Amino acid sequence: MTGRSTGDRSVADTRRPRAGTRCWQLLIAVPVLLALACGSLFVGVGSLTPQGLLAGHPDELLLLRESRLPRLIAILLAGAAMSVAGLIMIHVSRNRFVSPSTAGTTESASLGVLVATVLFGSASLLAKMAVAAVFALAGTFLFLALLRRITYRDMIVVPLLGIMLGGVISSVTTFFAYRADLLQTLSVWTSGDFSGVLRGRYELLWLAGAITLLGYLYANRFTVVGLGESFAINLGVDFDRVVNLGLVLVSVTTSVVVVTVGDIPFLGLIVPNLVTMALGDDLRRVLPVTALAGAFFVLLCDVLGRTIRFPYEIPVETVAGVIGSAVFIALVLKARKKVA
Amino acid sequence: MPVPDSTTALRAERRGERRVLGLLLAVAVLAVVGFCVLGLKGNWEYALGVRARKIAAMVVVGYAIAFSSVLFQTVTNNRILTPSIMGFDSLFVLIQTLIVFLFGALVLTRLDGRLMFAVEVGAMVLFAGALYRWLFGRRSRDLYVLVLVGIIFGTLFASLSSFISRLIDPNEFVVLQDTYFASFNAVDTELLALSALLIVAVSGYGARLFRQLDVEALGRDYAVNLGVDHRAVVNRALIVIAVLVAVSTALVGPITFLGLLVANLARQLTGSVRHRVLVPAAALISVIALVGGQLVLEQLFGLDTTLSLVINFVGGAYFIALLIRESRR
Repeated sequence: MTGRSTGDRSVADTRRPRAGTRCWQLLIAVPVLLALACGSLFVGVGSLTPQGLLAGHPDELLLLRESRLPRLIAILLAGAAMSVAGLIMIHVSRNRFVSPSTAGTTESASLGVLVATVLFGSASLLAKMAVAAVFALAGTFLFLALLRRITYRDMIVVPLLGIMLGGVISSVTTFFAYRADLLQTLSVWTSGDFSGVLRGRYELLWLAGAITLLGYLYANRFTVVGLGESFAINLGVDFDRVVNLGLVLVSVTTSVVVVTVGDIPFLGLIVPNLVTMALGDDLRRVLPVTALAGAFFVLLCDVLGRTIRFPYEIPVETVAGVIGSAVFIALVLKARKKVA
Repeated sequence: MPVPDSTTALRAERRGERRVLGLLLAVAVLAVVGFCVLGLKGNWEYALGVRARKIAAMVVVGYAIAFSSVLFQTVTNNRILTPSIMGFDSLFVLIQTLIVFLFGALVLTRLDGRLMFAVEVGAMVLFAGALYRWLFGRRSRDLYVLVLVGIIFGTLFASLSSFISRLIDPNEFVVLQDTYFASFNAVDTELLALSALLIVAVSGYGARLFRQLDVEALGRDYAVNLGVDHRAVVNRALIVIAVLVAVSTALVGPITFLGLLVANLARQLTGSVRHRVLVPAAALISVIALVGGQLVLEQLFGLDTTLSLVINFVGGAYFIALLIRESRR
C-alpha cells in the first residue's frame, strides 16, 4: 500500500481517498468548535461569567477584551496555521511523517530567534520574525539537501534524519544561549504556551492565518506535486517552484508561531495525518477540515491544561506532547504493520 | 568481518588489538593526569580532591555508558542504536518524577539516598525490560521503525514527566528539579561509591556474557544455530544495560550521543568483534572523550559544563552521517 517498490513515491497512493469534505461534516464541525471556543472563554482564574457579560460588567468586559478573546484567537490561528503547514509539508516532501517538527524547521526557527535577539536585541518583533523565517527556510532546505543524498528513501528514514538534524541544530542553539546567558529566555520562547497572550502580543498570528489562506489558493498545485515530480511536470506544473513556494509558506508560518507562542510539538504532524487518513489527499478538500481540526486540537489541549490543575496551568506544549507522541507512535506502528 | 586463515594471522590481529588498547589506555591516563594537574592554583590538596571526585564521576559514567552501548548494539544487532537514543534516559527521569508524585518530595529528602537509588533502579529495570521486550520481541520490526518509535517514546516520557511535574505541588517540584540537572560538578560522594560498586558488580555479571554475545553479534539465526540461548542472553543483557543506564543517568543526567560515538569508534579503531576487546576500548574512549573533552573546554576555551552539548552536536552530526551511509547500501 505504501508503494515501497516505486521510485517516485506519491502521497496519493499511500491512502485511499474515501470521500472529500461533505457539507454536513462541516455543519457539525463548525458548531462544535464554536461551542468549545465559547466555553473556553469562561475558563480561568479571573471571574468571567455569561451573566456578568450580559449585564455589561466593566471588569469582565475588560478581561474578555484584553485577555480571554486574544488568547482564544491566538489558539485558533496557531492551531489552524500549523496543521495546514504540516499538511503542505507532507505533500511537498511526499512523505507523511515529515512536518515542521520532524524536518528541523521548528528548531531552525528557534535558532533564528536566538540570533535575532543576540545581534539586534532592540529590533521589533517583526524583524525578529523575519530573521527566524530566514533561518527556518535555510534549515528546511538543508534538510532537503541531506535528503537528496539518501538513495533509499524509506518512509521512516526521512523523518529520522529530520529529527536528528533538529537535534543538532537545537544543540547549537542551546550552546550559544548558554554562552549568552539566555537559556531561560530561550526556553520561555520555545515552549508552546498561551498563558502570556494578551491584546497587542499575538497579532502577528493573523499573518499565519493569511498564509493559510494563500495555501488554500495553491492547494491544487500542492496536490499535484504530492503525486510526484514526473507526474507534476506532465501536468504542466513547475515542480521546483511549487515546492519552494510551499517551503516558504511553511517556514514563515512556523516562524510566526514560534516567535509568538512557541513550539507545539507534533501539531503539524498528527492533525494532517489523521484528517487525510479519513478524508483522502485532495488538498483543497482536506485543507479546511485540517485547519478546523488543528484549531480544535490546540483548543482542547489548552482547555485541558487550564482545568486539570485548576489554579495552576499546564502549558499546551506539555499536553500536546503527551497526546501527540502517543498518537504518533500508534501511527508509525500501524503504517509498518500494513507493509509487513 | 575478516576471517583469519591461519594462527599467525590471528595472532597478528590480537597483537594489533592489544596495541590499540594500550594506546587508548595511555591517552586516557594522560587525560586524567592532565585534568588533575593543569592550571592548578591555590590550595593543592583541596583542588585535587575536587578534581579527583569529578574524574571519578566521569570515569564511572563513561564506563557505564560505553559498556551498555556496546551491549545494546550487539543485542539489537545494529550500529545506530544506543539506550539513550531509544529513550532510556527520559524513562528514568519519568520514573523519578512518578515516585515523587506518588509519595511526595519528602521521600526524596528524608529517605535514605541509597534506598531511593535502589527503588529507582529497580523500577527502571522492570519498566525498561517490559518496554524493550515488547519492542524487540517481534521479529518483523525493522530497525528504523524501532529507532523512530524509540525517539518518540523519549519525547512521550519527557512530556509525561513535565506533565506530572506540573501536577506536583510547586514547593515539592523545587526539590525534584535539583535531581534533573545534576552535573559532574555536584556528584554525591556516597552515591558515587555506591554506583561504582553497583557498576562493577553488574559489569562483572555482564562480562560473563561476552562469549555468548560474540556469537550473538553474528545475528539471531546464527546464534541460535550455534547453540546460544538467544532469549536468555538478550534478557540478561537488557537487565545489565538498564542498570548501567539507570546508574549513570542518576549520577549526572543524560548525555544522549556519547554511547553512539564511543561504541562506533571502538569498532572502527580496534576492528574487532570480540566484546572482550570492544568493551574496554569503548570505555577508554569514553573516558578520553569526557575527561579530555572537559580538559580542552576548560583550559583552552575557558568554558564549563557545556561538554554534553558539544558531544550531542558531534554525535548528532555523526548519526546523520551514519544514517546517510547506511541507507545508501
